[in-house]
Amino acid sequence: MGKVFAVLLVIITLVSVYPIIAHTWWPPPTISTTGPGVDGQMNETMIETGILFLSSQLILAGFVWAFGGRRGKIKHWPGGHKPVVAFGIIIVGLEVLSLSFVGSKVWAAMYMAAPNANAVHVDVQAEQFAFFFRYAGPDGVFGGIHPEKISDATGNYFGLDPENDVAARDDIVVGSLTIPVNTPILLTLHTKDVIHNFYVPELRIQQDIVPGLDIPLHFTATKTGRYEIVCTQLCGLGHYSMRAFLEVMSQSDYDSWLKQQSGD
Amino acid sequence: MNDASAQPEIHHLAPPHSFIRKHVFSLDHKVIGLQYYGLALAAVFIGMVLSWLMRLHLGWASLPIPGLQHFSQNGAPGGVITPEYYLSLMTMHGTIMIFFVLTNAPFSGFGNYFLPIQIGAEDMAFPRFNMMSFWTTFVAFLVLIAALFVHDGPPISGWTAYPTLSSIGKDAGPGEAMGQNLWAVSIALFCIGQLLGSLNFIATTLDLRTKGMTLARMPLSTWAWFITACIGLLAFADLLPATILLILDRTAGTSFFNPAGLVVSDTLQPHSGGSPLLWQHLFWFFGHPEVYIAIVPGLGIISHILPAFIRKPLLGGMRVMIGCMIAIGFLSYMVWGHHMFVSGMNPFSAILFSVPTLIITIPNTVAVLIWLGSIYGANLRFTSASLFCLGFISVFISGGISGFFLAQPAIDTYLHATYFVVAHFHFVMAVAAIFGIFAATYFWMPKMIGRMMNETLGKWHFWLTFIGVYCIFMPMHYLGLAGNVRRYAAFTDNFLLPLIPVHKFITVAALLTGAAQFIFLYNLFHTRWWGPKAPDNPWEATSLEWSTTSPPPFDNFGGKHPVVYQDAYEYGAEGPQDYVMQTTPGKASAT
Repeated sequence: MGKVFAVLLVIITLVSVYPIIAHTWWPPPTISTTGPGVDGQMNETMIETGILFLSSQLILAGFVWAFGGRRGKIKHWPGGHKPVVAFGIIIVGLEVLSLSFVGSKVWAAMYMAAPNANAVHVDVQAEQFAFFFRYAGPDGVFGGIHPEKISDATGNYFGLDPENDVAARDDIVVGSLTIPVNTPILLTLHTKDVIHNFYVPELRIQQDIVPGLDIPLHFTATKTGRYEIVCTQLCGLGHYSMRAFLEVMSQSDYDSWLKQQSGD
Repeated sequence: MNDASAQPEIHHLAPPHSFIRKHVFSLDHKVIGLQYYGLALAAVFIGMVLSWLMRLHLGWASLPIPGLQHFSQNGAPGGVITPEYYLSLMTMHGTIMIFFVLTNAPFSGFGNYFLPIQIGAEDMAFPRFNMMSFWTTFVAFLVLIAALFVHDGPPISGWTAYPTLSSIGKDAGPGEAMGQNLWAVSIALFCIGQLLGSLNFIATTLDLRTKGMTLARMPLSTWAWFITACIGLLAFADLLPATILLILDRTAGTSFFNPAGLVVSDTLQPHSGGSPLLWQHLFWFFGHPEVYIAIVPGLGIISHILPAFIRKPLLGGMRVMIGCMIAIGFLSYMVWGHHMFVSGMNPFSAILFSVPTLIITIPNTVAVLIWLGSIYGANLRFTSASLFCLGFISVFISGGISGFFLAQPAIDTYLHATYFVVAHFHFVMAVAAIFGIFAATYFWMPKMIGRMMNETLGKWHFWLTFIGVYCIFMPMHYLGLAGNVRRYAAFTDNFLLPLIPVHKFITVAALLTGAAQFIFLYNLFHTRWWGPKAPDNPWEATSLEWSTTSPPPFDNFGGKHPVVYQDAYEYGAEGPQDYVMQTTPGKASAT
């Protein structure tokens, strides 16, 4: 029975690892300046934990093969427990140290570095079950948000008050996030109802959008194209269908898009 | 052999005679342990059926499930599950499994039955508290199940019940009216039951150990229940007030979790000053230790059972494993923020929470190495119980490995809220804990009901379950790597469409693995009434539960407290009998 267990465990282990090595299911290619750092960290972790996974499962299989059903004099691990405990602490401790130091830098570059002063600023409003995006318009100033004016019925998703607020009059509100390529982008994330999330797998960025908070998020996209923005925080019955698109354009396409929006 | 005069006499409670006092409102820790086990068994099958419905919906979203419309007309018109009903099933599945199965069975169930026996006590320190603890938990379960039947459906906010979805009432969505209220009340009651139980476990361990039962001689399972009780006492004392605040926000118009300016269904909500992140901190301050409340008893149970089947003590004796469990319990209170890397809290704190989270892998790794090193040179006996121990080690490794990824905020920012997380926590706390429960069941059921379970059926149950859980949960890692978001009722995003065949595979695996559990259920019930009688010590084990009859008498040891002369795991002795029981006087020759 020990041999059955060992063979089964070896098969399970190798079959489990194969799709990882073959990249059968894998993150889509990244399109952000910070994405390669995340991928590098992911790969390093994959290699280190892969070795731990393979070695520990195979050792388990080997020992069960060797000692299953045995009837003899009990043997003890040569050297006792101290080298084993020390080995565990040192190996995993080193891994923890290396992952922490490198990983913290990757994280800091994404979430703790100050946004570029010239970043294109876009305001994001999430609601059950849609995203809306706001550009400041020609005046470069966002109008204030007035919760009491927010209304899906009238399409006033941000609660703007153009009658009394000059800055709000030229604000552009759209349903997709259109941005220029290779340009720093600064988002300010709000939600009007429950917690949502801004997740673009290609950007390697996931950020909750929390009622009562204005959360900054910045990134630079390096490749033009159309990508999906999805909500990953359970927000109600339509959670699965809550999405928008990220359109990354060349600077000239973006300029003409923006001009066209202002003209409307 | 035994020096009978050294045994202190038991003179406490007389056994009850009425049916109600004997089997229903019993003060006997053994009956209460079985009651917890029975409740967990009922809960786990309900939870499993809910997961089948979810899996069917994820594989074949428009598939009508015959008869489901009679169960919930709004949730499944024509038998087809609506998106909101999917979220209800998910919420109920998570809540039932985590609270009423993973907390109840390994800790409250087996702990209640065996902690007093393993330390040579006749009962818990506070038998009435113990009875209250079970019946409070039972009422909590009924209240939760009632949420399945209320008019606007069960809650949809997940087992984590994040405000503001959970706190602003019916406008937030179906199920967020009475269903969510019942959820919150149920959890509050559950906390009270657990607090009473944890106090009892701690007092019993510290005060009621029999003569000779020093802390160092306590079996590892008792150590694990004791450590778990300490974790639980702090954790549930935190969740209880958090849940009360949630109830107040929902029913009394307070704003602990609701900030100003919320607009739901085009209606400005009358709240101001609250913070949704407050709930997340309170919840995960409980929630992360809860993971260890589910799994530390498993670590102890496996460490207790394994020596009996490898016929040698654990490598390094008990001290290393006790140290690992204490370290895990202690660290479990310093890592709650790793659930909140992307929550909007200060990103600097993510790094502070990441480091202890990674450090917690060290005691877990040491525990695995100790088990592996112990199997080396063993006389490994194969029984259903020992197979589930070996399976536990394998799935615990698999679940622990993915923790390295999620502990790092820089990777979590990609994998958070994907199926990678679902795979991780199912392997490490659900499957591993369930394997611990199965190992414990096959090991201890002969003692608990006095009859031997069928080993052939037990082994088949193991093989099918072991292959099954890998088929279910390993592919979820791949889904997560591909960015598959969890808690989605359907996959309509373009990048998710190619992943649907993987979901279908998982669904089939889940149905088959679930079906294999009926082998276990049949074995358990058949054994209960028709199984062959169990001897007192069928596994040739050493601890006190094997020195009394199967099942033990009302006062556990037949009028006398046992006296302990030996350490807990004296296996590998020379001579015809390779083990020395804890009650055997003299110096053990075992190694």
